[in-house]
Amino acid sequence: MSGALGKDLLGLEPLSAEQIKLILDTAEPFKEISERAIKKVPTLRGSTIVNLFFENSTRTRISFEFAEKRLSADPVNVSATGSSVSKGETLVDTARNLEAMRIDMVVIRHGSSGAAQFLAERIKSNVINAGDGMHEHPTQGLLDLLTLRDHFGGLAGKRVCICGDVLHSRVARSNIWGLRKVGAEVAVCGPRSLLPSAIEELGVTVFDHIEDAIEWADALNVLRLQIERMTGGYIPSLREYNRVFGVTRDRLARAPRDVLILHPGPMNRGVEIDSDVADGDHSVILDQVTNGIAIRMAVLYLLAGGNPTLAESAKAAAR
Amino acid sequence: MTQPILLRGGRVVDPSRKIDAQQDVLLAAGLIEACGRGLAAPDGARVLDCAGMIVSPGFIDVHCHLREPGREDVETVATGARAAAAGGFTAVCAMPNTDPVTDNQAAVGFIIRQAQRAKAARVHPIGAISLGQRGEALAEFGEMIGAGAVAVSDDGRPVASAQLMRTALEYARTFNIPVIDHCEEPTLSHGGAMNEGIVSARLGLKGIPSEAEEIMVIRDILLARRTKGHVHLAHMSTVGSVELIRWGKERGINVTAEVCPHHLTLTEDRVGAYDTNAKMNPPLRTAADVAALRDAVADGTIDLIATDHAPHHYDEKEQEFANAPNGIVGLETALAVVHTKLVAGGVLDYPRLVERMSCAPARVFHLPGGTLERGAVADVTVFDPRAEWTVDPAAFLSKGRNTPYAGEKLHGRAIFTIVDGEIVYTMPNTTR
Repeated sequence: MSGALGKDLLGLEPLSAEQIKLILDTAEPFKEISERAIKKVPTLRGSTIVNLFFENSTRTRISFEFAEKRLSADPVNVSATGSSVSKGETLVDTARNLEAMRIDMVVIRHGSSGAAQFLAERIKSNVINAGDGMHEHPTQGLLDLLTLRDHFGGLAGKRVCICGDVLHSRVARSNIWGLRKVGAEVAVCGPRSLLPSAIEELGVTVFDHIEDAIEWADALNVLRLQIERMTGGYIPSLREYNRVFGVTRDRLARAPRDVLILHPGPMNRGVEIDSDVADGDHSVILDQVTNGIAIRMAVLYLLAGGNPTLAESAKAAAR
Repeated sequence: MTQPILLRGGRVVDPSRKIDAQQDVLLAAGLIEACGRGLAAPDGARVLDCAGMIVSPGFIDVHCHLREPGREDVETVATGARAAAAGGFTAVCAMPNTDPVTDNQAAVGFIIRQAQRAKAARVHPIGAISLGQRGEALAEFGEMIGAGAVAVSDDGRPVASAQLMRTALEYARTFNIPVIDHCEEPTLSHGGAMNEGIVSARLGLKGIPSEAEEIMVIRDILLARRTKGHVHLAHMSTVGSVELIRWGKERGINVTAEVCPHHLTLTEDRVGAYDTNAKMNPPLRTAADVAALRDAVADGTIDLIATDHAPHHYDEKEQEFANAPNGIVGLETALAVVHTKLVAGGVLDYPRLVERMSCAPARVFHLPGGTLERGAVADVTVFDPRAEWTVDPAAFLSKGRNTPYAGEKLHGRAIFTIVDGEIVYTMPNTTR
């Protein structure tokens, strides 16, 4: 199956601004489904979707599973532990087995950059990248865009700064592509040891001081600082990270305007973000979670495009 | 007794004697008997019409991985030697990162015996610098050289310890052999899968910075200056390395260096959508690096071209990029790649092509061949510069199929490869 997005959703880099807008627009009516008493439409009835999670993930996997179930698909969850992968099965053999089971879609989360592409090139089913290594996490990027658009009414010209461990972040890469394609200005801020050395070549501004980033930005997307990065020698301590780069109420209070706060979660409160910011008036962190389901429903729906029956029933149901 | 061979009417390119002219070459009793115009064929000689062909001293690859012992499923000494011959190489040097490591005279002898049975290209073993390539204690250089090794290297791994590298350079002077280093500062390259830069940032792959190579290049050059040993720097890939080698040579330091065809012709962009056939170590770098390497191989700052032929089983490459092994095969494409991209591209002329792929390797590694001087071993490559062909990995004689050049149209191909006066390879369908 393939539709307006092509066969797969591997990242936001390959998408056009129009395709991104289409996904965001498609997500809008799907929000309403989650507000109903019976949160289910028959759009993907009969479709089999495998959620193939080679890395632990709670919120992304559950969000996809909700999206699939609300569209009446039949999801099967496979995790690395407890599957043949833990017995040494290769990704290519996993792909061949999935292909032989005639499934319709695969949602893959994998620790290696390019793993989603690898799978997509080898199976006929639609592949959705739910995060591959340090590469992209497109549905997270899209739900961030939707959340920002909901708040600002538009994205063109808005200034978004991605804060923290950009080097290891697939969220950051999807955000950079997605935001720039729809006309937003993008900056990054963090210790240089956690920024790719060629990051400026992706068309973003770099701030070395969080105070400067806050002064510049309309919104901050605060990334989770992974605890293992500290032992990897990228930063001296979590305490110092909070002192130098933490998004705190005091720092935000000095901003010339209200700054919207996003975070892909899970949060390290008191490290990259203080609790009173995470739970404050300008935080849209929980809106991101809600929007995640609508975005994933939209992506599933659009990838299943080309089947008029499914499309019509979705439109009717979402009306 | 070998049948004499008269190579008639080819363009003889032999930089060792400053010859680039249409001549005949007569081979007899495994040696170069004569070069000149209008040579008569002795009784019983085989006469090969070489009109339109380049006749040169046989190509020598000082850097390949033949995987035997240990990984005979991906290559053996025999399949590697036959692939070499098909690529126009009359001799290759086999790196010691086998399993077990080639770090003793018995292992060296084994490789030589396997090569003798293959009756294809000569195979010169390279012994390990350190026992087990563990980077701790020196291997027995003298014993290995006595058994037929021609150099020492821990290739596949860098010599992380500066003290060990110093000792190796000092000790190797006794035997007048080069110490080959795989220049990589391991704490900087750790976990890297490709060049560090815009492409790695975009693909979310951990990068290997140029400095990981350059720090070791300058360390090795300084140690060569201190010890007066001969350091040979393998597979150079960066503009900075070129500048450092130039600096060393200008000061008379005993440093030589090699570059691979892929680093002369491909950039990091070739990784594309995580193509593991573009994954190698050192990684493919930028266009500026390629340009600097081309200049350096043209002006002789980089002495020679070597393949770093590294076969892998297809399913080892058929996995996630970061997990896939480094390396590509090169023996059967090196000549055509260099000829197509560098000679036709105006970077090298024929004498310099032959110098970098035959004369210099023989000179730097003290090997037989590299010349058509009367009395030298009759190792000769005859190649057709006009032969157009499309790279089809399925047709390789190597067991390896991992090449980024698959499907590419190239021109230039070995027609006859002659070792010790005997034809060890004839291109299929050749009627000469």
